[in-house]
Amino acid sequence: MTLSYPFFDAHALLGGILIGAASALLFVANGRIAGISGIVGRLVGSLLPFPGNLRATFAAGEGMWRLVFLAGLVAGGLTLGAWSPEFSTPRGTSAPWLLIAGLLVGTGTRIGWGCTSGHGVCGIGRFSPLSIYATLIFMVAGFATVALVRILGLSI
Amino acid sequence: MSSSPGFLVTSFVSGLLFALGLGVSGMTHPDKVVGFLDITSLERWNPALLWVMVGAIATFAVLRLVLGGRPKPVFAPDWGHIPKPSRTIPGKVMLGNVLFGVGWGLAGYCPGPALVSATTLGSEPLLFTAAMALGFIVAEWLSPSPWLGLPPAGAAPKP
Repeated sequence: MTLSYPFFDAHALLGGILIGAASALLFVANGRIAGISGIVGRLVGSLLPFPGNLRATFAAGEGMWRLVFLAGLVAGGLTLGAWSPEFSTPRGTSAPWLLIAGLLVGTGTRIGWGCTSGHGVCGIGRFSPLSIYATLIFMVAGFATVALVRILGLSI
Repeated sequence: MSSSPGFLVTSFVSGLLFALGLGVSGMTHPDKVVGFLDITSLERWNPALLWVMVGAIATFAVLRLVLGGRPKPVFAPDWGHIPKPSRTIPGKVMLGNVLFGVGWGLAGYCPGPALVSATTLGSEPLLFTAAMALGFIVAEWLSPSPWLGLPPAGAAPKP
């Protein structure tokens, strides 16, 4: 049995370098961790009760820069789409499973204090033991989930 | 302060670069992500994500070591928003990461790629992102609970 995908992927490495540079920019310029779940999660999480909680987040200086960062992400997505509409292709996951997965990712990344970017890139890049444990945990949970879906033959 | 033009411009540029990096790396294709997480067969395993992590972690670590030794960030008064590295991980944080990993393995999206893919207005990333947003609100709703709370606000100073 051999790999059917090439082991080395230059696009993946180049994209990773861009992600690392974006994270370093936010760290050095603004003293913030480029963790998507933390940045966007705090913003979305303060939507309820509306509008008091959102107003408090903005009053604390934690709203505007998060909104602007999110606008940057969206502008990046639109740029990618203009360049190649196939930059993101769906996998064909059914609606109920998308809902379950999205809920798990949203709740889990907030309770888990970060996601692939905050723990996996910035946390490991700062040699934070907590983030190294966190990354190992979500990776192992990911490996186990995919294996279980395969073994049980679930069509999701 | 976090509302200064410099702070906001770097926030925008960082978000933009981040999204471009996700697109160039191919992480906006959930099939590639699930392919990386599929270690049940060497023929199905897609190593691409490994190189994204290598490139991102190495670039961030080097730039932070070279440029992060300043007494304060360029546009912020101190390093107070950078959490102090912790040697231990609370149980609820472990649980949160398990939930995240299961959701990631099921659909192949983590928060960044989901948001960037949602700009295609495709029903798959849109539905996932809407559910994820609901999850963010649920986590906030659980946050008064002492064992399912959000990270402490105002972390300890110094990176």
